[in-house]
Amino acid sequence: MDFLKKIFGSGNDGSRDKAKDRLKIVLIHDRTDISPQLLDSLRDEIVGVLTKYMEIDTDKIEIDLDHDEHEVALVANVPVLRIKRGKIDVDKN
Amino acid sequence: MARVIVTTSGKGGVGKTTSTANIAAALARFGKKVVAVDADVGLRNLDVIMGLENRVVYNFIDVIEKTCKLNQALVKDKRVPGLYLLPAAQTRTKDAVNPEQMVALCEELKPEFDFILLDCPAGIEGGFKNAAAGAEEALVVTTPEIPAVRDADRIIGMLESMGKSPIRLIINRLRPNMVQDGDMLAKEDILDVLSIDLIGVIPEDENVIRSANIGEPMTMSLDSPAAHAYLNIAERLLGRDVPLMDLESYATRTFISKIKKFFKGSKKR
Repeated sequence: MDFLKKIFGSGNDGSRDKAKDRLKIVLIHDRTDISPQLLDSLRDEIVGVLTKYMEIDTDKIEIDLDHDEHEVALVANVPVLRIKRGKIDVDKN
Repeated sequence: MARVIVTTSGKGGVGKTTSTANIAAALARFGKKVVAVDADVGLRNLDVIMGLENRVVYNFIDVIEKTCKLNQALVKDKRVPGLYLLPAAQTRTKDAVNPEQMVALCEELKPEFDFILLDCPAGIEGGFKNAAAGAEEALVVTTPEIPAVRDADRIIGMLESMGKSPIRLIINRLRPNMVQDGDMLAKEDILDVLSIDLIGVIPEDENVIRSANIGEPMTMSLDSPAAHAYLNIAERLLGRDVPLMDLESYATRTFISKIKKFFKGSKKR
């Protein structure tokens, strides 16, 4: 039986599933590829929003896309110095 | 007023020109007045695939530069009433035309036709942007291979940001045998990752090569699986609800492949 399998079977599970997995991973990375200019502009806008609510240490901000094999995350590390408590109450009105 | 549709893919060699020629001929067979525009300046091919290469006098760059009138550049296909070709210039580069001129050309064609099909060059550079500029709708051609699907994804993103709608997918050169044997991406696999509407699946078919050799789009006469699939796409473009072909019936199963299937049976999805 094994002998017959060797002749007539292809000897593997087929390449379709492998292709699908590789395609998915390639697309995850392609779709989240970001240019340094776009990342800078994103960073500036995030900083702009955050500084409305808190004082932050703008020199130590880290914002980047974190790629692992199956997913991509936007990771931001923003050191907070002080929350602007009065400011939020003003915006609520 | 004509509907303007660009046929594009990103990757070269997946069947843009073949698709444009066959869909154009099919639409004309359904009684529509159709012009196929070869937007691949410098590398023209649509004239040859349609078998009209000996009748090309002027091209669309001549029209844009007002060297000739639009009617002088249009090549009328004598085999199917209502089918026309507007050729590309072979001795010019893609810089010879800009997106605004392409839009103006399409506006000039619109009152004369029901459908304007723009055959786009491969790539995502100027040639693509020119061809896409004039169109409202898009057909994206891909094959069941990772590089082609990847490039299709890129192109779909660009077409979406340009506001093209609807954008629909043609899966070309599918081999039902290989899909059944678990050795080729299936249409479901591709649709799953691209999240775009499908307008048709073209099975791999030797008649594509035969028809290119003789310069006659398959949808003009040949009764072949690919011709059938392209006729279906044309009908769907016309808004008719045509079910997808049963490609499995075209899977020419040999004795050996049946035995292979038997041995792989337990592993099949």
